[in-house]
Amino acid sequence: MSANTRIPSPDQLEKVDSWGMQTSCISSVFRPSLPEQISDIFQTALAAQQNIALRGAGCSYGDASLNAENIILDFTRMNRILAWNPQTGEITVEPGVTLEQLWKYCIGDGWWPPVVSGTMRVTMGGAAGMNYHGKNNFKAGPVGDHILKFQLLLPTGELLHCSREENSDIFFAAIGGFGMLGCFTSITMQMKKIYSGMLEVYAFATNNFAHIIQEFEKRIPQADYLVGWIDCFAKGKELGRGQVHEAHYLQQGEDPFAMQTLRIEKQELPDSLFGILPKSIIWRLMKPIAHPVGIQLLNMLKYKASATLGNHKTIHQSHAAFAFLLDYVPNWKNAYLPGGLIQYQSFIPEQNAEECFKAQIELCQRRKMVPWLGVFKKHRKDDFLMSHAVNGYSLALDLRVTERNREALWQMAQDLNKIVLAYGGRFYFAKDSTLTSTDAEAFLGRDAIEKFESIKRRCDPHNLLQSNLSRRLFPLLNVVETVQPHVSETAL
Amino acid sequence: MPKRWQKAIIVGASSGIGEALSRKLAQSGCSVAMVARRIDTLKHIAHELDSSSCPTPLCYEHDVHDLENITALFQQICHNLGGLDLFIYSAGVMPAVHPEKSDFALDKNIIDTNILGATAWLNEAADRFQTAQAGTLAGVSSVAADRGRRSMIAYAASKAYMDTYLEGMRNRLSRYNVKVATIKPGPVDTPLLDQLDKGRLPMLISADKAAEIILNGLHRGGEIYVPGKWKPVMKLIQCVPSPLFSRLNL
Repeated sequence: MSANTRIPSPDQLEKVDSWGMQTSCISSVFRPSLPEQISDIFQTALAAQQNIALRGAGCSYGDASLNAENIILDFTRMNRILAWNPQTGEITVEPGVTLEQLWKYCIGDGWWPPVVSGTMRVTMGGAAGMNYHGKNNFKAGPVGDHILKFQLLLPTGELLHCSREENSDIFFAAIGGFGMLGCFTSITMQMKKIYSGMLEVYAFATNNFAHIIQEFEKRIPQADYLVGWIDCFAKGKELGRGQVHEAHYLQQGEDPFAMQTLRIEKQELPDSLFGILPKSIIWRLMKPIAHPVGIQLLNMLKYKASATLGNHKTIHQSHAAFAFLLDYVPNWKNAYLPGGLIQYQSFIPEQNAEECFKAQIELCQRRKMVPWLGVFKKHRKDDFLMSHAVNGYSLALDLRVTERNREALWQMAQDLNKIVLAYGGRFYFAKDSTLTSTDAEAFLGRDAIEKFESIKRRCDPHNLLQSNLSRRLFPLLNVVETVQPHVSETAL
Repeated sequence: MPKRWQKAIIVGASSGIGEALSRKLAQSGCSVAMVARRIDTLKHIAHELDSSSCPTPLCYEHDVHDLENITALFQQICHNLGGLDLFIYSAGVMPAVHPEKSDFALDKNIIDTNILGATAWLNEAADRFQTAQAGTLAGVSSVAADRGRRSMIAYAASKAYMDTYLEGMRNRLSRYNVKVATIKPGPVDTPLLDQLDKGRLPMLISADKAAEIILNGLHRGGEIYVPGKWKPVMKLIQCVPSPLFSRLNL
């Protein structure tokens, strides 16, 4: 056993935060740089009767990569690109490679990640573990649809090769399996060919949920990306008003300056606003308006601007600027401090979406905890075992957490869960903070969970892989004799 | 109770204020780790609480004189609890002492339990809360700390140590979002006072009542007089000039 895999002493324990900053834990954090070290850590953990959670960049909003009082395996140092074929667009990466590394590596050759999240800080291991999606989910599916194969290091020490042909049951369970089955040590995926560094983006305002759904349905056949913003403060006939951004790839020959626009420098997000105001201080300027009245005003102004100045405008925007909205203002989430935020995202079948989202926003408004931001997307079903997607729509709601509203907010989330489940909706582990095990069973179904449990028993017989989220949502998944808290009867 | 605690450690939980605090916390849904020498008493308390709907407290046998084992035990308890957001050091001794004669053996016992044990445990919890940038640290001091009285000299001095120690910790940890509370009870009907004539003690309250007052104030940190009216009384007593105080039989 190598020296750097021992359990750290208490002063090496670290505070580990969720991305939403509303929950954290104290854990022993290991940062392996080689797959061999992971096996050592598995053995160390087993001997010390501790369990292990896997963590990429820690971009899950809730407790998916937290593991209180136990071990966290942080993959950010396993960040090498192992193979790249610029002819076919096939790339093999280690799990700690970030989306930022990935697109910067490929764009010069005319390739772009087929599915990207709102931030480029995520790791590809985390992306695969959560099976993340982007603004093109309705067309491109989740990232798992573009993963060709991967290697999975099981807690037993066995290294499995998985693809749609080989170990296919594990392939479809580990992608979206929230790190419960093993560690990805390499992931091979197919990139998307692009002929320009720019996207053609068309923006327009929508009046309410019925309108935005109607517009989405109309545009889905030709759009490459579609995303809606919702002003959650609007009421009555305007409930669900917002703005849609529709984007298209440029075809071969459409961009005469493709060689230039495909350069990283053309993609980089600007570091200042209006050329003078450094963006790193913007969240501090947001702080004074970070209260319900200020945010309501901001939402209203944004809507008015999108319905007048920005209505029916077409612009050319770089891939990075269009995709990575969450990185546009660095540390914007700090405006939610000290309590942090949760994101409540539900995925609702097409026919129920309008009614369900109306009910959700109305409930938030009645409870006076109105989401500061609402994001609307279209999705399609996929083949992964623990999938969050439906043929329908999702609405992601950013809700501020304070010490005073915490209990009421969690209660509201429970009530929202009831609404979502009644409409046949689903949830997403990367976003979740508030579900209960009953809710998880209700949307996934007993069959899927039992199948997942049986694969888990095969891959991880000692139940080494756990997280705060897995213990919260799947208590049965984590039942094992070695790591349960026990009553100690003698002094140590 | 204004704040819901999730996971707490009480050192000195087998009797008195520590026991009452453990019971009240457990009944409010908190997972409590009870630490004391008398494991049978702890188990009995845990068993009683087990029959109600609250989480069963974890019991740990430990003598606070056993300083070497504190670090390992503290880690083990945090692991078993799955976290920690409240730590209370409630162990303490107040042996009957001769009013006119010193007795080093007795004083040493006071120092070992009330000072050394407290420092070892509170240091562990303080460092952890500092790392976590969250949590509430508390120690049980006494109104006796506010003035050096002619009786129970070492006891009062040990509690004065607790006061100053916790004040220092409060100043260190305030910038890490950690609350530090100094609990200052007046006479509370606990086994600690068995040697005294309880009928003659002023403002005597039950341990249950004391625990209720403490839990109402803990989340704010700072000094908590139990009950609150001791605060003006002690401030007044502190104002009595020394030449006069030495003539009083307090």
